Amino acid sequence: MFYRAHVLVEMTSSSVALGAAQVKEQLEREIARAGLGNEVKVLETGSFGAALPSPFVVVYPDNVIYAPVSVRDVRRIVEEHLLKGRVVRELLFAGERGGGVATFIPPSPLKKEKRVVLRNSGLIDPLNIEEYIARDGYLALAKVLTEMTPEEVIEVVKRSGLQGRGGAGFPTGLKWEFTRKAEGEEKYIVCNADEGEPGTFKDRLILEGDPHSVLEAMAIAGYAVGANQGYIYVRAEYPQSIRHLEVAIAQAKERGLLGERILGTSFSFDVKIRRGAGAYVCGEETALLESIEGKRGEPRVKPPYPPQKGLWGKPTVINNVETLANIPPIILNGPDWFRSIGTPTCPGTKVFTLTGNVNNLGLVEVPMGITLRELVFEIGGGIRGGHGLKLVQTGGPSGGTMTPDLLDVPMAFDTLPRYNSALGSGALTVIDDTHCIVDIVKNFAEFFLHESCGKCTPCRVGGKRIVDILERISAGAGSPEDLEKLRYLGQHMKATAFCGLGQAAPNPLLRCLEFFREEFEVHVREKCCPQGVCTMRPKPQPKKTVRV
Amino acid sequence: MAKTLREVAEKAQAVSLVTVTIDGREVRVPEGVTILEACRMEGIHVPTLCYLEGLSAWGGCRICMVEVEGQPNLVASCVTPVREGMKIWTSSKKVREARKTNLELLLSNHPLDCQLCDRNGSCELQELAYQFGVREIRFQGERKVYEVDQSSPSVKRDPNRCILCGRCVRTCREIQTVCAIDFANRGFDTVISPSLGLPLGESVCVNCGQCILACPTGALSEVSHVEMVWEAINDPEKFVILQTAPAIRVSIGEPFGLPPGTVTTGKMVAAFRRLGFDRVFDTNFAADLTIIEEGHEFIARLKQGGKLPLITSCSPGWIKFMEHFYPELMENVSTCKSPQQMFGAVAKTYYAQKLGIDPKDMVVVSIMPCTAKKFECQRDEMCASGFRDVDFSLTTREAARMLKEKGIDLKEMPEEDFDDPLGISTGAAAVFGATGGVMEAALRSVYEILTGKTLERLDFYSVRGMDGVKEATVDINGMEVHVAVAHGLGNARKVLDQVKAGRSKYHFIEIMACPGGCIGGGGQPIPTNLEIRMKRIEAIYQVDRSLPLRKSHENPAVQRLYEEFLGEPNGERAHHLLHTHYVPRERM
Repeated sequence: MFYRAHVLVEMTSSSVALGAAQVKEQLEREIARAGLGNEVKVLETGSFGAALPSPFVVVYPDNVIYAPVSVRDVRRIVEEHLLKGRVVRELLFAGERGGGVATFIPPSPLKKEKRVVLRNSGLIDPLNIEEYIARDGYLALAKVLTEMTPEEVIEVVKRSGLQGRGGAGFPTGLKWEFTRKAEGEEKYIVCNADEGEPGTFKDRLILEGDPHSVLEAMAIAGYAVGANQGYIYVRAEYPQSIRHLEVAIAQAKERGLLGERILGTSFSFDVKIRRGAGAYVCGEETALLESIEGKRGEPRVKPPYPPQKGLWGKPTVINNVETLANIPPIILNGPDWFRSIGTPTCPGTKVFTLTGNVNNLGLVEVPMGITLRELVFEIGGGIRGGHGLKLVQTGGPSGGTMTPDLLDVPMAFDTLPRYNSALGSGALTVIDDTHCIVDIVKNFAEFFLHESCGKCTPCRVGGKRIVDILERISAGAGSPEDLEKLRYLGQHMKATAFCGLGQAAPNPLLRCLEFFREEFEVHVREKCCPQGVCTMRPKPQPKKTVRV
Repeated sequence: MAKTLREVAEKAQAVSLVTVTIDGREVRVPEGVTILEACRMEGIHVPTLCYLEGLSAWGGCRICMVEVEGQPNLVASCVTPVREGMKIWTSSKKVREARKTNLELLLSNHPLDCQLCDRNGSCELQELAYQFGVREIRFQGERKVYEVDQSSPSVKRDPNRCILCGRCVRTCREIQTVCAIDFANRGFDTVISPSLGLPLGESVCVNCGQCILACPTGALSEVSHVEMVWEAINDPEKFVILQTAPAIRVSIGEPFGLPPGTVTTGKMVAAFRRLGFDRVFDTNFAADLTIIEEGHEFIARLKQGGKLPLITSCSPGWIKFMEHFYPELMENVSTCKSPQQMFGAVAKTYYAQKLGIDPKDMVVVSIMPCTAKKFECQRDEMCASGFRDVDFSLTTREAARMLKEKGIDLKEMPEEDFDDPLGISTGAAAVFGATGGVMEAALRSVYEILTGKTLERLDFYSVRGMDGVKEATVDINGMEVHVAVAHGLGNARKVLDQVKAGRSKYHFIEIMACPGGCIGGGGQPIPTNLEIRMKRIEAIYQVDRSLPLRKSHENPAVQRLYEEFLGEPNGERAHHLLHTHYVPRERM
């Protein structure tokens, strides 16, 4: 059947929560009522990737974006646009439109965006493998299986300079090489989709919008390192990701793109889904392996690292969803193409998720090296309500704390550590200046206390004592010595905790103690909260003379 | 047992050496050892809490932190292997501060009422706090308060005193493969708990008490029978009889400062007599009796084609383990009661009649190296006289504490003999205390009974020692009898799985729940480690060698018991008094 127009409806979990499913149903009803059932087709797609209001509808090939669309708006779109060919101007997306007609020019409605990982998201129906294949899907897998040796694949990935997008930024090619060289008949590929960093939801949107890109990459990784079995560890709170993956795996198997003897070659690769039960620490790679094995999710002793001894004690590659989604384009376009994006030491793009007190919320993929200023004030549209910026927490509570003085630092794995910060998973939590620093830090500390696995003393008890002290301070019972205790405990935890979680947990505390020293001091010396957030008296404001 | 110092030493010969610098001194250590092991080889005893020899290293307590030059963070020496050229500092300012802070953090969530604790004086946390000079706790805050779990007849759990080192969990999982307890919850709410949060008494716990030996603090201890025993001793209406297990005489000297492996039989008897027991008898008498009953059971099965292999039944921890995990092998297990229970049954019938005492006025107390004996003596089946065979069972630790309370110093005691007639025993009974002992004792008797010949060499070395599973083949009247010995339930599992799969060639198997057998039992003095276990085993064989009679069937008191009272071995009366049955139990 040939259709003269497609209407794409973004159906991510968040869009669905905002009514996208009802909008889609209404579109189908109205299109049928208008007698356009044979001419116009409604399609579900994944995230459009930009910080956009939902529900989000694109009319294709006209490249017209309507957002946000409510059920009430649907009849006008159908009657005016689809029937009469007249764009409904009042409903147009107001992103970077500058008053004109916003057009959906793939890959992005945002100028600074560069879509590699999200190349298909929002454009294809994730539940239909044909659409993925039509966009060169599984071509990279075919290429490696028929034209390349495993060593050549690893070489390409190494030369691309791709670094792990889960937060640590470890070179992916090296990880594959270690695993390839490790001794062992059986090896495994594990995709880490246990996205638990507060403020991060990129992996969910990648899996919902383009599940095949991850499956294809896992098969490529399997071929490169000599593994025939893959596991995707997805958090159970992502039912739509899981559903899309299940459909995608079934479709890929049906077409011989996964399973026995892929594409008629001697290479076989299967993927199984494992659901995480909601523990943050299971995003730590070795705790994740424990969890897949059915054990309590606690980090393992390292070394040995997973490439030597991973799942069931066998050599294992663990890659993040976003890392894997980069693989097929790297294979198809070559490492030099990849290196042409981003910075010389940190090539490629990064998917950021904008949350907090910023005007435009959502997902955006941009080249590495973009500044925080561009992300927050251009793409994010600035701070909501005209407030000032207090800080941006990058990569979730375990990542980095970016204060306003760091707005022009290029965002990359290698640059942020210089400022005691970290890129992490790409979460950007923007916090405006109405918030209290003690309250912010306490919030982060409570999160870690809740998510600590309890294995090591400094994290289990030290983390608790940090919260105890912060609670005391915000209740007006803190003393100046408490600030020194906080600093001491933070550094102690960093230096002696068992795993990355405990070592990273005090980062925001330590950075904020330094940068917002004065605000902490006011809390403990004057026993008041300048922002009036803590449960004690607000700082007395100088009386204003009222003129009559 | 995973990594023992012996293996480390063996490793040293097998692998190449690397050069590391410890506190400025260059040393050569075997490649692959941890920093902790390397330091210990050099005589630096890096303090630890969660590390325990024989268990997998875990790295959770963060007490054994050391500084490695070039590493931004401190490293836990127990889980970090040495590398060529490593420069290690074990007492720098950073290291000392880190260790002390972690200790303070542990103490900040600890009751700090050492005087009220079972482990006062033998607590590793207390010892470290002393060594580190902790005089204040800088980081105060909320302290967790838990209910004490007293549901088990053997093991008391006080999570308030727990420092979450996981040594009990790893012991239960890795050594015993019981997995009765594990970590539950997360973060500050983490607690060690039986599965589903059930009380320990309703869990698959087999009461072996190995977790108590592993515990560095007072979080795990035995359920005490001390007060009940004092009450009985002080009750003029009660005739209180004591029996002491084979393994006690080689360990009870330790709480009094005697080196492990000291044989204290005579002093022990004198001490307990002074404690106020009306008779001080010996479980070894009942051990000889057990050999007669079990030996004849084995001979009968061998001759009449009964269920084989026959598996010993002396270890109540093993029995409960079997009831939970191997109920299909129930018929393989000997129906003989354990020596403790046989003793009680004989005391309250035969001996009570002899003295003309009503068994209701008789109290039988045992001193056992064991916590499972507390469970065993309250099993419903164990009432041959109509009253409990054994009323109270004390651990070695409890018994030592009672002596100390009364002011009896075992070291200063004269040598005295057990009372007659239930104090007479042979060397075969003595070796019951060590792994392989029951098998050796049984072989000595079974061989002679079946062949009618005298054994030339009484020592069966192949069933002795600390190897997890030991085997021997004995030629009896031209028949090759295959036997196996396993100690520690993880080792037992290996043998039992073979039996279950029909791949076992064995006729007779000895199983003891605890590593090393009873000398390594969960009721023994703390510390009980590999080195101490081996010393106690040596002492056990020393007792055996020193006795004039070394075969159970030569025990004159046992012979008289059959003549005067029991009749035939495995006869009707013997069956009623000395044998028992088992019940299958759920795995959850």
